[in-house]
Amino acid sequence: MAELVLMRNFARANSHTLAVYREHGGYAAWDKAQQMEPAALVDTVKQSNLRGLGGAGFPTGAKWSFIPKNHTGPVYLVVNADEGEPGTFKDRYLLEKDPHALIEGMLIAARAIRSALGFVYVRGEYVQPWRRFSAAVKEAYDARLLGKGFDIVVHRGAGAYICGEETGLISSLEGKKGWPKVKPPFPAIKGAFAQPTIVNNVETLCCVPPIIDRGAAWFAGLGTKTQGGTRMYSVSGRVKQPAVYETSVSITLRQLIEQAGGMSHSGRLKAVVPGGGSAPILTADEIDVVMDVDGLKAAGSMIGSAGVIVLDESASIPEALMVLARFYAHESCGQCTPCRESTGWIYKMVHRIVEGHGRKDDLDTIIDVAKRGAGTTICAFYDGAVGPYISYIQKFRSEFETLCRS
Amino acid sequence: MPKLTIDGKEIEVEAGTNLIEAARRLGIEVPHYCYHPGLSIAGQCRLCMVDIEKAPRPTIACNTQATDGMVVHTETDRVKETRRSMMEFHLINHPLDCPVCDQAGECWLQIYYMKHGLYDPRMTDEKVHKPKAVPLGPHVMLDAERCILCSRCVRFCDEITGTGELGIFNRGDHSEIGLFPGRDLENNYSGNVVDICPVGALTDRDFRFQVRVWYLDTTKSICPGCARGCNVDVHVNRKRPHHAGGRRVARLKPRFNAAVNAWWICDVGRYGFGDVDADTRVTFPQRRTGGESADTDWDDALAAVADALRRYGPDEIAVLASPKQSNEDLFAIKRLCELRGISQVACRAPAPSTAADDDFLLRADRHPNTRGAELIGVGGDAAGILAAARAGRIKLLWVFEHDLLQPNWPAAETAQALDRVEMLVWSGTNGNATSARAHRVLPLAAWVERDGTFTNFLGRVQRFRAAVQPLGEALAGWDVVGRVLATLGAPAIGSRAEHWFRELAKSMAAFGGLTYQMIGDGGAMVAGAAPTTAPEPPGRRARSTVTA
Repeated sequence: MAELVLMRNFARANSHTLAVYREHGGYAAWDKAQQMEPAALVDTVKQSNLRGLGGAGFPTGAKWSFIPKNHTGPVYLVVNADEGEPGTFKDRYLLEKDPHALIEGMLIAARAIRSALGFVYVRGEYVQPWRRFSAAVKEAYDARLLGKGFDIVVHRGAGAYICGEETGLISSLEGKKGWPKVKPPFPAIKGAFAQPTIVNNVETLCCVPPIIDRGAAWFAGLGTKTQGGTRMYSVSGRVKQPAVYETSVSITLRQLIEQAGGMSHSGRLKAVVPGGGSAPILTADEIDVVMDVDGLKAAGSMIGSAGVIVLDESASIPEALMVLARFYAHESCGQCTPCRESTGWIYKMVHRIVEGHGRKDDLDTIIDVAKRGAGTTICAFYDGAVGPYISYIQKFRSEFETLCRS
Repeated sequence: MPKLTIDGKEIEVEAGTNLIEAARRLGIEVPHYCYHPGLSIAGQCRLCMVDIEKAPRPTIACNTQATDGMVVHTETDRVKETRRSMMEFHLINHPLDCPVCDQAGECWLQIYYMKHGLYDPRMTDEKVHKPKAVPLGPHVMLDAERCILCSRCVRFCDEITGTGELGIFNRGDHSEIGLFPGRDLENNYSGNVVDICPVGALTDRDFRFQVRVWYLDTTKSICPGCARGCNVDVHVNRKRPHHAGGRRVARLKPRFNAAVNAWWICDVGRYGFGDVDADTRVTFPQRRTGGESADTDWDDALAAVADALRRYGPDEIAVLASPKQSNEDLFAIKRLCELRGISQVACRAPAPSTAADDDFLLRADRHPNTRGAELIGVGGDAAGILAAARAGRIKLLWVFEHDLLQPNWPAAETAQALDRVEMLVWSGTNGNATSARAHRVLPLAAWVERDGTFTNFLGRVQRFRAAVQPLGEALAGWDVVGRVLATLGAPAIGSRAEHWFRELAKSMAAFGGLTYQMIGDGGAMVAGAAPTTAPEPPGRRARSTVTA
């Protein structure tokens, strides 16, 4: 098993406390970073090949470099801890078990982008992670790690999936309805409260202290050519040991399932959702895929938030799609017409099919509607829904047709 | 300034112009719902997609600024296909109740479906149901099922009035427009949300079910509700007089004028046209002897007034003109006073004490032409005339429009003054307590029944046009006074408002050089007045830099 980077402290008693974190090298990277110029920090992160671990996989160093150089007002660092992608539960563990890693990552990132204020937007349902993280922030203030040029505001969400979309999150943070914003302007130019803003995922920022501590080359070497490091895979479903697994991003899906103990009971693998609910589904034949951003892209799916949902032969794909379709219909913010109207419509069609009142041409209608809406909306929510709509039906069409009346 | 190409035509636009506006200037319509030039960019209807060369997929035109060398196509196959898709998405949950919808005929769902939709409907499932016929306030009715959630009304209340009554509640296809708890849509600009609603979701409680819009005719006009002079269209129903209980003026709609009111008008003005078709209209000349009032004809009425003007000495005559009258009317009155040497002429009466400027368009002075009266030289205060009348020094008093017995005047003193006048002539559109005491009542045509100009408080001269025929025998003010002048032997000026304006422009420096042609649809400034722009909406002024 590869060396643990992100979960290095998880097994220790009281890993969430400042004392334990410091005892095992915590905040050493921050000490080092304070001796570095912001531009050097950005360069180091660029060289580490760190890519955003919240879903989009955007290179983190490049994102940081988008802050306008001549900007004189405030710059904000926003941490996306609104972990809501179906099948994903990694940030929760980081907030609960190693909150100081996030604070240290924020300190370094804030220095890199010259921000004096960070917001941490915690998913509303994450009560224990919020308590742990808030306590850690208090410890950091008491230890004068925070409050000396950088402050953290912890903000709790109210339960909307769309508030995990970075501009939806910003709207919500600003006290508005959590509607994603039209781009341009992009957040790095005009984000929270109309100021340049960097939004990073929890796990992404937790990678930063080890990168500064041990060097970009070391981190890049842990991963693949185009993506450095390890990441935390949330593995759920019909495996023997569903849990969060940290491994190099060069692992294949087959290896990951084996690492999770293989299929549970005597179940035979049927399909895998490799990157959270919004990732197109893979069949049992498609699991020799490298679990990094580009590997899954090449396989026609996406790594997303690395939420791996393993389905065995007992699972009904139409029912699985119905559950997801209901989720998307429920969570569409309602702003853009194609998403607002068609998520509900598609759910009704899939529901009708599962209830035994479907027609085979419904399947073509769903695919056509999804394709027509794809790429037409303000944010990526709808594209995230389109992947499942199309892939579930295309890859398991006979299962849907069996349920149809005509 | 960026130069770009749209559908093969080159155009240069100011930096910051978006592609909808750039295309509009070439006469190319990019269909859209949520975009409105007076509001912020929402980008949510997704209908205004255009193809930009080198872009991987169609892009929304509303949020794309023109850049130098940009090549835009608005009619490629994939743009057309995208529009068709967007129309289908907009309509799958729409109730398709056009036959009973007040918006039918001016609905952008109908228009764009016919232009850009024309697909075979595929939606066979139950539609989403939402509240219907919900009053949002005194003037606006909501049908949430017809709403396409373009958010124009929400943005209007946030960005223009700054009152923020409306929001979009719930999510997904259960999203609906609604009022925040404890609020009503009762700001003085609420009617504008009906204008900017592209569909039948927000309808006008005053107008709805009165008449089908395709029976309406439109005339360019000026709101007479206050000294701002907002540009309006008067929509009149001439084709179906049996509809709406004989009401001729169906509604007023704002007419864009960047220098005055931009896209907006206030509710006081919008719903202030009721007098035009009210039962109080005076439609025939009347004479009163003792307590008895009887209709007469113009020959008799004009002869009587001319006779009185000859009979009494100039010091015994006073004229009380009105700031509701047009420049042409007031100029005719001025001419009459000059001819007869009458020096006691005034215009101003005490304003109703409750009136005040609001924070946007509405002025405390609820008269459209106070500035014109001042410039023409009939704008003085009426108090001196009334005092003279009370003292018995006025024998002939000709009152235009005013009700001198209205509560804002000391009624007992006024009554005393009127009692001492030997001949009280009253001319106006709608009878009142003063006309009831007049010896002669001369019916005037309402502002929608004639041509003319008003001068707004900033000195902008603007034209209004006849939309309907005058009721009964009513005549324009300049016509009545002009006929009296003719009876008195004055040289003829002409039989149209424009003749009187030409004479006004010749004889008054402030109006020098102005003609109806140059005033046109947008108005023209009197001499010495600085050019104007519409005021900054309060919603924008209130906004802090944080959300700017």
